[in-house]
Amino acid sequence: MFWNEKIETLKKRDIEALQLKRLKRTVAQVQNVEFYRKKLQEAGIRPGEIKTIDDIRRVPFTKKQDLRDGYPFGFFAVPLSKVVRIHTTSGTTGKPTVVGYTKNDLETWAELIARNLTMVGLKAGDVFQNMVNYGMFTGGLGFHYGAEKIGLTVIPSATGNTKRQIEMIQDFGVTAIHCTPSYAMHLAEVAEEMHAGLPTLKTGLFGAEPWSDSMRKELERRLGVTAYDSYGLSELFGPGVAFECRERNGLHIWHDCYLVEIIDPVTGEVVADGERGELVVTPLAKEAMPLLRYRTGDITMKLEDDCLCGRARKIARITGRSDDMLVIRGINVFPSQIEHVLLKIPEVGNQFMVYVDRINHLDEMTIEVEINRSYFSGELQDLARIQKKVVKELRDALELRTTVRLVEPGTLPRFEGKAKRVVDRRGEA
Amino acid sequence: MIETGRFLIKQISVFSENRPGRLAAIAKALEEENINILAFSIAEADGFGVVRTLVDKPKKAYEKLTGLGFNVAFTDVIAVQMRDAPGGLYEIAKMLGDGQINIEYSYAYSGKEGAVLILRVDNADQAVRLISSRGATLLESRVFQ
Repeated sequence: MFWNEKIETLKKRDIEALQLKRLKRTVAQVQNVEFYRKKLQEAGIRPGEIKTIDDIRRVPFTKKQDLRDGYPFGFFAVPLSKVVRIHTTSGTTGKPTVVGYTKNDLETWAELIARNLTMVGLKAGDVFQNMVNYGMFTGGLGFHYGAEKIGLTVIPSATGNTKRQIEMIQDFGVTAIHCTPSYAMHLAEVAEEMHAGLPTLKTGLFGAEPWSDSMRKELERRLGVTAYDSYGLSELFGPGVAFECRERNGLHIWHDCYLVEIIDPVTGEVVADGERGELVVTPLAKEAMPLLRYRTGDITMKLEDDCLCGRARKIARITGRSDDMLVIRGINVFPSQIEHVLLKIPEVGNQFMVYVDRINHLDEMTIEVEINRSYFSGELQDLARIQKKVVKELRDALELRTTVRLVEPGTLPRFEGKAKRVVDRRGEA
Repeated sequence: MIETGRFLIKQISVFSENRPGRLAAIAKALEEENINILAFSIAEADGFGVVRTLVDKPKKAYEKLTGLGFNVAFTDVIAVQMRDAPGGLYEIAKMLGDGQINIEYSYAYSGKEGAVLILRVDNADQAVRLISSRGATLLESRVFQ
């Protein structure tokens, strides 16, 4: 099913022509932003000099820190009177990043969400519970307007009160949910504790943090849904940038709105298709806040195969963030790899915390994981065996020795928004 | 043939992280239900342990602790009376050793039944038969529970 079949199935040549036209327009728009005027001048690029899509490679990158430095409105390319909405990112330290939207921006954003929801088979008649924050976070309102646009019955339940969320799913006959994968896991746990069946659910849209295929299987089994990966970030409107189709084998990124590059995060060089690197995006249809070569920090690659659904080329699901990536004794570790390992071990739960310390000049990684209630025999030696098993499985997957601490069931933090599972204490001593 | 079942005593085994306050939390829960602890021991490994307790109302203790989120399991143990005098433990331990009964773990207390050795063995039925046949006294579970 298509929401906008013509655009969604444009031939490569037509997409590229459209991209070039929009890229030229974007480069002209950013002249209204002092940061870009300076940047382009320093790089010796005049707006009219962009002749091909590849000319983008001459343009310097825009980083998250640049946007922070522009706080609050330094990146707006239109007067504030044209900005009809402001969101901020779920920022970690210091000032948040501000993003603004014109009326057309909100329209474009809703259009992209509409494409995504239609792509996974949702339509009028579906009841959609949107279980993400509705405030400054883009996930709530972003999905909300797209879902209304295609005529879903929308329940803006936002976050919190999991029991109430489950009751609404039951009472309103909810067929589709949207939340973070970690909250979905929590929802499944609580539903099981309540012995609450969720027979009407059929579709789960999960995003805002990377999640593995084994987590997908787990969520599908426990919630009875088909699970789809949703990708976006506030700087590029919010959710809706890329989404899985029913093939569920990579993310369709909307090429008419986003120009995609994959770079080596260290050298900044563009890597070959099929090679993993950091996603760099130049949005092509933003008015209030156009950006050039924005470094998302997310790790993915361009997939080379065409998709059976007829839409354009995909990128791989996000496997981590270039800044989440931990370097432990010289080995790259993504928290998603740890999650993947734990999901395969039934004796322990799916929640975990990672602590990184430097002890005697050596990086030490400690992983806390909950024992699975039903696997506790009462015998110490069985616990020790489970602990050893987790250590071994982690060593096989990460090629790294770790310390594993077994903790009591239900004691690790559950995250409703973005999960913060890694505590790196190496800088503290 | 001696009926061994009545000598199998239900020990409560509780998984506990090795951090301050966990034992207090368990003990408080038992107090609230007016459950008496007859004997207990703590076994510890790398960062966690198992609290083993013999209580007068094991089922109630299991429900209370599970309700509070503790991970609890029942474990069958046996209790042997010892002479409360020098050499008392030796007599029992030698008997088990001679009979090729392997002790997984054990703890003891001295109460109104005299000195009592609590044993977790790999084959409880066999141990009960051996101990009875050698003339030592096993305490029935109803003495405790």
